[in-house]
Amino acid sequence: MSIVTVQLGQCGNQIGFEVFDALLSDSHSSQGLCSMRENEAYQASCKERFFSEEENGVPIARAVLVDMEPKVINQTLSKAAQSGQWKYGQHACFCQKQGSGNNWAYGYSVHGPRHEESIMNIIRKEVEKCDSFSGFFIIMSMAGGTGSGLGAFVTQNLEDQYSNSLKMNQIIWPYGTGEVIVQNYNSILTLSHLYRSSDALLLHENDAIHKICAKLMNIKQISFSDINQVLAHQLGSVFQPTYSAESSFHYRRNPLGIDRHVRPPLSGLPPLSKMSLNKDLHFNTSIANLVILRGKDVQSADVEGFKDPALYTSWLKPVNAFNVWKTQRAFSKYEKSAVLVSNSQFLVKPLDMIVGKAWNMFASKAYIHQYTKFGIEEEDFLDSFTSLEQVVASYCNL
Amino acid sequence: MLTRQLGYAVQKPSLYGNGDTQVHLRGLLTENLSLNLQTCLATAEACGSSVTYGSSLAERRCVEECRSGRGLASSRSRRRTTMTQSVVVQVGQCGNQIGCCFWDLALREHAAVNQKGIYDEAISSFFRNVDTRVVGDGGSISKGKICSLKARAVLIDMEEGVVNEILQGPLRDVFDTKQLITDISGSGNNWAVGHKVFGSLYQDQILEKFRKSAEHCDCLQCFFIIHSMGGGTGSGLGTFLLKVLEDEFPEVYRFVTSIYPSGEDDVITSPYNSILAMKELNEHADCVLPIDNQSLFDIISKIDLMVNSGKLGTTVKPKSLVTSSSGALKKRHKKPFDAMNNIVANLLLNLTSSARFEGSLNMDLNEISMNLVPFPQLHYLVSSLTPLYTLTDVNIPPRRLDQMFSDAFSKDHQLLRADPKHSLYLACALMVRGNVQISDLRRNIERLKPSLQFVSWNQEGWKTSLCSVPPVGHSHSLLALANNTCVKPTFMELKERFMRLYKKKAHLHHYLQVEGMEESCFTEAVSSLSALIQEYDQLDATKNMPVQDLPRLSIAM
Repeated sequence: MSIVTVQLGQCGNQIGFEVFDALLSDSHSSQGLCSMRENEAYQASCKERFFSEEENGVPIARAVLVDMEPKVINQTLSKAAQSGQWKYGQHACFCQKQGSGNNWAYGYSVHGPRHEESIMNIIRKEVEKCDSFSGFFIIMSMAGGTGSGLGAFVTQNLEDQYSNSLKMNQIIWPYGTGEVIVQNYNSILTLSHLYRSSDALLLHENDAIHKICAKLMNIKQISFSDINQVLAHQLGSVFQPTYSAESSFHYRRNPLGIDRHVRPPLSGLPPLSKMSLNKDLHFNTSIANLVILRGKDVQSADVEGFKDPALYTSWLKPVNAFNVWKTQRAFSKYEKSAVLVSNSQFLVKPLDMIVGKAWNMFASKAYIHQYTKFGIEEEDFLDSFTSLEQVVASYCNL
Repeated sequence: MLTRQLGYAVQKPSLYGNGDTQVHLRGLLTENLSLNLQTCLATAEACGSSVTYGSSLAERRCVEECRSGRGLASSRSRRRTTMTQSVVVQVGQCGNQIGCCFWDLALREHAAVNQKGIYDEAISSFFRNVDTRVVGDGGSISKGKICSLKARAVLIDMEEGVVNEILQGPLRDVFDTKQLITDISGSGNNWAVGHKVFGSLYQDQILEKFRKSAEHCDCLQCFFIIHSMGGGTGSGLGTFLLKVLEDEFPEVYRFVTSIYPSGEDDVITSPYNSILAMKELNEHADCVLPIDNQSLFDIISKIDLMVNSGKLGTTVKPKSLVTSSSGALKKRHKKPFDAMNNIVANLLLNLTSSARFEGSLNMDLNEISMNLVPFPQLHYLVSSLTPLYTLTDVNIPPRRLDQMFSDAFSKDHQLLRADPKHSLYLACALMVRGNVQISDLRRNIERLKPSLQFVSWNQEGWKTSLCSVPPVGHSHSLLALANNTCVKPTFMELKERFMRLYKKKAHLHHYLQVEGMEESCFTEAVSSLSALIQEYDQLDATKNMPVQDLPRLSIAM
């Protein structure tokens, strides 16, 4: 089963490179305590999932690189080729000369329709190369113009053309103190559109990863390269094959299927009752949690703490909301590692903040002329605000 | 049909009253053209309408290409993509002198970065590669070894002195004689002569030179106009051509570097010229970088003082002054303005560095306008460049690096007499070059933020970029662009000086005797400026008010 990755914009492409690099170097790393047979199954699964084989044996990433200006893609392609271990496909890129100017409207309304056919063609070719295609992994940022605007457009197209396949968007939440002044506008437009077309949004905040680099890793002068590598490691340990005793192909569990584990139950949400004010607010209330363990002692690991009902909303039983995947094969150089993927209220505060800032700016009409110039009107903004307020309210009511 | 506001096709009712609709296409010259054009043509033909189009050469060529089915609609992902190009338009004595310094420094920068002499994308943004043995137009070479570099420039002056000197100097081979427009008599420090007389006289030639330079570009993104405000040619003709550019190339950005007259300017009529020019800048420029001579002079004096005082423990690196030029210009007798012009030249290089060179957080030219211009009329950006010089110590400790950030906000480093720290920020951009990482940038923003005041709806109004390639002679540098109400005093002073003259009708007849000039030109120009000042006033009034979060949308669940 294979996943096709779509890397969009500077952020998406820079991160995408680090992710493939991390996946392949983990695949080559020592097997730790698991048997050689297990290791080989693991490696084969990883290879099939993320790479295709070429005649001379160099794995080619199952990826499509998209950017509206050429510098980053050129760099990304050459870095991959220089590694000698893997590379990107020759015809897997789509590039233009002039970027999106941090303008969501330009990315969505101008670049999108203009280049729709070409981009979807490249994606289709990549999908056709897969024997057993499982879904899309789309890497983008919310703050800029290409990743955010064109990313939203492409995801919508993927939903139209591949409605039966899973789509997971990896979204980078910008630093709170601006990288881009209109980042809040771009973010709310992106999120509200992705809500309608994506199956799952996996979020990473630059601020949070920055803190990890500073506090946990003690890096003195943190560069984007450091940040992207930390992120790539996290994603790698989520997406590498996990052991499942269910089928004879032990490593075929679809990581994109995480979405099924962290979605609210299909039986529908219960009627709303008044929020209990006496709730213990130590943890963000979760809808669902997934723990992925790799390495030594996974079988004996104690995950009971995750089954505490206090973690979950009152209308869910922990047995339905919590899952754990255990794999003996270690990830990268870590003897033991654990990853928690969570669908919880953690996102309420950052989302609320972004919506608030965007709303304040919108009230003064600042920068709006830059968007209306390309066909995104005030009504479109209002629609986005409405959808996101609903999301915030829904999560608050857990 | 054609209702989606892409701004390129305008539906006009038929002139012949027969119910047909004519689709009129205007001002299309970029890669965007083809898809819109094809859609327009297809739609028009489907409804049985006719299609008319503008008269520019590029438009006609594009329509023909589309009709013959060779449009750009199919993507050829194997084709090597290049980045965008910019054209520099230098007008008048001041504009050309600064321009000359700019090209000198640009060559030096690219020579330092491009060791192998290959014509790469970075160079192509400002230079063409030409095989000079080929006569006529066919000599352009798009890649491979550098043969002969030609500046993407148009040089305009109504006197011959400065341009002639350039053509006899060490940069003569960089300019194509076909890129020049000169006259002999000069504009007599009279905006009206520059704008009305020479404007109409040279309009066609100017248009032709612009079209030529645009045709040499694969993807033209920006015009950089360099001029002074106080004289006649730079001020009058320089602003005349803004309208020409806007009409002919509506999608190409117009960034204007304007030298404002200082208080002790020796041109008496400079307030008239400046204010008449400002109306044009208000209406036809995308972005203006106002600079004044006094600030440049103060910066030079400061550098001289520091270098000569011996207070610094170590010596200053020889080529590291922001005022120094390359070897080429050193040989001849240095004019007093050279050092000042070099600062402005460095400003333009740093502004475009993140678009030309790689970095971990790129910033293209279209992002400058997008992030720094919240309302179309408020497009004046105050700039500051640091450091002004580098000490020989190459391993700069973080404390020194932080000093670079602090300096960027001090009023001594601004290229205009302005104090952004004590006024209100609408938006701020920090463009960093060299070995600086995201954590350095963030640390300094956090450190400096509390002492700066941002408008209530843009409390986090920072735009940042990191370019890996430092300027020549430095290990790192910072260009700060501020959209800040601190420009207001400059405009108000200018208005005052204007009113002092205008009330007495001093020298007015020199202007009114020019055909096309009336008193209304003056009164309109002043009201345009007054309206702008008022906008800044209204923003300043919000300065010390507490920031309140507005009530949000309430959702029924």
